[in-house]
Amino acid sequence: MLDFMRKPLDHAAANAPPWLADIVSAGRMRWEASSMPTRKTEQWKYTSLQHLQGSYAPANDGRVELAEAGLELPDLGGFRLVFVNGHFSPESSDTELPEGVNLVRFADASDSQAETIREHLGLAVGRDQPLFTALNEAALEEGVFLDIDPDISVEQPLIIAWLTANQDQAFGVSQRMLVMAGRGSHATVIEYFDSASGGQDSFTNGVTELLLNESATLNHCRLHLEQANAVHIGRVHAQLSSHATLKSFHCALGSVMKRLDLVVDHVGEGAHSELNGVYLPREREHIDYHTCTEHRVPNCSSSEIFRGIIEDEASAVFNGRIHIHENAQKTRAELNNRNLLTSAQAEVNTKPELEIYADDVQCAHGATVAQLDLESLHYLRSRGIARDEATVMLSFGFINEVIDSVSCEAVAEHLRGLLSERFAKDPALRAHRI
Amino acid sequence: MLTIENLHASVDGTDILRGLNLTVKPGEVHAIMGPNGSGKSTLGHVLAGRPGYCVTAGTATFQGQNLFELETEERALLGLFLAFQYPVEIPGVSNMEFLKAAVDAQRSQRGETPLDTVSFMKTARETCKTVDLDPSFLKRGVNEGFSGGEKKRNELLQMMMLQPVLGILDETDSGLDIDALQVVADGVNSMRSPDRAFVMVTHYQRLLDFIEPDFVHVLAGGRIVRSGDKSLALELEERGYAWLEDEVA
Repeated sequence: MLDFMRKPLDHAAANAPPWLADIVSAGRMRWEASSMPTRKTEQWKYTSLQHLQGSYAPANDGRVELAEAGLELPDLGGFRLVFVNGHFSPESSDTELPEGVNLVRFADASDSQAETIREHLGLAVGRDQPLFTALNEAALEEGVFLDIDPDISVEQPLIIAWLTANQDQAFGVSQRMLVMAGRGSHATVIEYFDSASGGQDSFTNGVTELLLNESATLNHCRLHLEQANAVHIGRVHAQLSSHATLKSFHCALGSVMKRLDLVVDHVGEGAHSELNGVYLPREREHIDYHTCTEHRVPNCSSSEIFRGIIEDEASAVFNGRIHIHENAQKTRAELNNRNLLTSAQAEVNTKPELEIYADDVQCAHGATVAQLDLESLHYLRSRGIARDEATVMLSFGFINEVIDSVSCEAVAEHLRGLLSERFAKDPALRAHRI
Repeated sequence: MLTIENLHASVDGTDILRGLNLTVKPGEVHAIMGPNGSGKSTLGHVLAGRPGYCVTAGTATFQGQNLFELETEERALLGLFLAFQYPVEIPGVSNMEFLKAAVDAQRSQRGETPLDTVSFMKTARETCKTVDLDPSFLKRGVNEGFSGGEKKRNELLQMMMLQPVLGILDETDSGLDIDALQVVADGVNSMRSPDRAFVMVTHYQRLLDFIEPDFVHVLAGGRIVRSGDKSLALELEERGYAWLEDEVA
């Protein structure tokens, strides 16, 4: 079964920048020594890997025009770097970087940048690398390194778009990003994933690492808008030094299978993280979020809110872990997950996991699965709003609460438009939008 | 406008209303008073079609239609408005959006096009001032984090925007201080007209000093046991409800 990515791995072995060669071959060795998880593997209990079958090709060489591929990027008002099927798309990308921002593709890295990347790549994910990180490295040809100078405040968001266009054969690519936020810096990074409509069959395997230096503030959004047969397995690992602040927002629309692992590691005292997200599978889609908040040192705080609306015969998994190490006294950690099922066939498996070894902490968690609140529905209808429209308003409201927390207003506004359309295909049902 | 005959209703299998009769004509203001548990709030909920409230016998005709055959939203579109005693908080749905959806629904019912956003917001802001609610409340989630008094004023705001033909106020005065009560009363009084009627459910005579009713009814044991003019309210204030309950028994 491990063979399904052989061709992209061979391609990477032959085409990766020379300074990445040993990382690629080490990744391949680890990958080939592994075995695929099954439904008996605890971490994969509710998510099947059956879609990773047959043989994926490497992405075609050569550039793909966005418009030609039926791809569109919203204007989120920032600097953007665009990749299509893993390849850099210069005509869709900006060139003028804001001051204090060093953003370079792995393919373009200078010797000293390559050295820095090599030093830090994999640091946040850790030694005990998950299987799909090994695969990510084995297939690594391209990536993004973002380095923000100390004490710089970057106003405009930095947008990295990873788009998937149709290709004649099913293909597999690695996506990789390393962000280093300098001491006292302030920036917004948006990872934007989307796919062309139609029946493309693709597998994107992503790893993003966010290293926040002392007192850095990073606003991070990761939007997974790929649909249909675009399979994504990805992880984000963030490491927070003392007094750093991470605000990370996630949104996933469904495709046949999406699995996202988010790890926030507080390694410096006084760090603070907010991890929020929404997932919205429908039809027969499947989305699986596994999150893990690590508190290793005293006096850190974390809050996490995830909400899902599961429609039709779709399914979702939310596994939220908080791990407070023995030394991490005075930790404040919160986790809340709420799910709305809109059909009798919809399914969600939600599990908060608390592992606490310190005795002086405040920790709260909760998970609910429900249908639309009948009292609220009645209240709206008692004002003359028809049942269908009221249902749309409440569903949208359920996730809009989380979207309100997005620190980048352009992203929040884009999502509100996108999601209100999604919930109300009939424009009359969203006529009330202001 | 509204004719209720021999209304019986139950909640969770318990009979609450037991043969209630009430006729409301355009232009009238009715006050319904009564001890706790007499069925005052149930009446409002039954008329608005709240789930879980079962009509077991009797009829209600509103604007010539059988009220109990209509969906909740159809009743609202016919001009029935219930100001809730405990308005629901709906985070994530902005008050403004909610109001516009409701106003648009009313307009569409009358065959009018939806108001454009600018004129709608102007009207909403002005109405906010009338009910002494800061316009910033329009941007918040529906009733989200509102105090008791703010919720009541938000109900009034909705009623003023929707201009119903029948307003049912379910203990709108409870939990209001004297200034807020004055604001609510001014709002209701400004809406009084020959075409519109109000039914006010209240515990206290105090409200009736501010909004003068044409009729006062006493509800006890699920029926109206006595009707009169506003002097009945004063008598109740003095003597309580026990003597009436004794009489009925």
